[in-house]
Amino acid sequence: MDATNTLAAPPLAQSRVRPGRRRADAVLRGFCALATLLGVIVLGSILLMLIVQGVRGFTSTLLTQPTPGPGSEGGGIANAVLGSLVLTTIGIVIATPVGVMAGTFLAEYGRTSKLSFVIRFLNDILLSAPSILIGLFIYTLMVRPMGSYSGWAGGVALAIIATPVIVRTTEDMLSLVPGTLREAGVALGAPPSTVIMKVTWRAASAGIVTGIILALARIAGETAPLLFTALNNNSWFNADLMGGIPNLPVMIYQFALSPYPNWQQLAWAGALLITMTILALSVIARVVIKPQRAR
Amino acid sequence: MSTAAASVTTDRQFQASAKTGADTNAPVRIAVKGLNFYYGHFHGLKNIDLNFHDRQVTALIGPSGCGKSTLLRTFNRIYSLYPEQRAEGQILLDGMNILDPKIDLNDLRARVGMVFQKPTPFPMSIYDNVAFGIRLYEKLGKSDLDDRVETSLRKAALWDEVKDKLKQSGMGLSGGQQQRLCIARTVAQRPDVILFDEPTSALDPISTGRIEELIEQLRDEFTIAIVTHNMQQAARISQFTAFMYLGELVEVGPTDRLFMNPTERRTQDYITGRFG
Repeated sequence: MDATNTLAAPPLAQSRVRPGRRRADAVLRGFCALATLLGVIVLGSILLMLIVQGVRGFTSTLLTQPTPGPGSEGGGIANAVLGSLVLTTIGIVIATPVGVMAGTFLAEYGRTSKLSFVIRFLNDILLSAPSILIGLFIYTLMVRPMGSYSGWAGGVALAIIATPVIVRTTEDMLSLVPGTLREAGVALGAPPSTVIMKVTWRAASAGIVTGIILALARIAGETAPLLFTALNNNSWFNADLMGGIPNLPVMIYQFALSPYPNWQQLAWAGALLITMTILALSVIARVVIKPQRAR
Repeated sequence: MSTAAASVTTDRQFQASAKTGADTNAPVRIAVKGLNFYYGHFHGLKNIDLNFHDRQVTALIGPSGCGKSTLLRTFNRIYSLYPEQRAEGQILLDGMNILDPKIDLNDLRARVGMVFQKPTPFPMSIYDNVAFGIRLYEKLGKSDLDDRVETSLRKAALWDEVKDKLKQSGMGLSGGQQQRLCIARTVAQRPDVILFDEPTSALDPISTGRIEELIEQLRDEFTIAIVTHNMQQAARISQFTAFMYLGELVEVGPTDRLFMNPTERRTQDYITGRFG
């Protein structure tokens, strides 16, 4: 009887937890809540401001007409939207094969080799490199020798930003594939390349696709690398990728700083459009990864 | 294990010992001669000599870390995925030394199939899982491939459960079904030898029972080596048993003899539960 009594939880009054610990817990919890609140308020007010200001610019001509001339009324941002689509497409089309292959090398072939250690390290640096540096790099590499700002240069700059994101997620996702699955493939007599293409890639496909979508979201809003590469042109979009190409981020940058109210309004609308696109991409990325977790 | 499972165990043990004796005259399919194995500097297997007979089940038993899985993993050279692991000596598969560096590993692995501890279905349909190994080596027409997949699934005692959902993912099956799918996948390649590395240790007692029956049936066609932690399992399903300890082969012989009348003190101690 006595034994059971000592084993039972002591009443709160005699709790063995020091009072100081409860206080510390409350304080820490308070700080965490405060920090969260702060972040959410900042994010919320940005979104709110963007929606309030941006929605007014969502006119019927926003997506059908090109940017208007300085000081003139009406018009839209159709050329910038189209240009952005083209640039991000070029970027992701270049970055995806390079990124997936490099990530596969790191995860499958060179797990512990010195080379992959170096690649991994450099990739991490690239991942956090200021994007304006990448713009300058491409400016020196492509814009100057070719003699003009160009869509190609913009696309390549975006590709350089997207690649390390894809490398990292691909490697991480492949590393999560259990080694026994690879062994099972090899044990059937499949060469490593077959195991990678038919088994490990497939097992990690949702994660890899998510990485690509996130990279897409990342480059969709990049401005700095485009300032030095694709720049802009205020004409209606033409398919000449050898010349400057209108695009949303640079359009927003230029129009927001302009003295014309109509341009400023279009910049707000463009900003809202980009934000919504990135939000949508992030949601898609989450939806894509979900079925794999559920399995 | 629960008491119910334990009583099932004893029943089957009784049947098994009444059923199949070892055929000591069966030809040798795998002959291990003076095999040493190293993990980096660690000497994992010490001078192993051991024969595996045609269409007999040979069980490898011993405490954790004794090298039984290591030994099994030399027979398809799966260890060579890991550069720090190496084997010395000879392993003759039908007289051919598979440790020879010139051996084509993919051919070897098509002849020596392996089933792992955890079920390893590939993230593809049930049909494609079974067809995976076949497609690596053979160009079969649609109907031939269908036939082979069905036969393999039947041999793995899985056909009736999956025949209506061959296009569904293999990952959606239960653990026991997944393991039988992996067996079907291995059988589909028509190997000579099948290696089982603790195939039931992740399964419930009922699934375990089905896998054991299955191994019993597969013996008609294949030479089988199985690593098991479970001595009752070894007694139930194997014709030969090899007891390993600390990287050495202590004793090998017909299963009934080894369990009833071990010649080595260490074997006796292990099977009577004095250590391990």
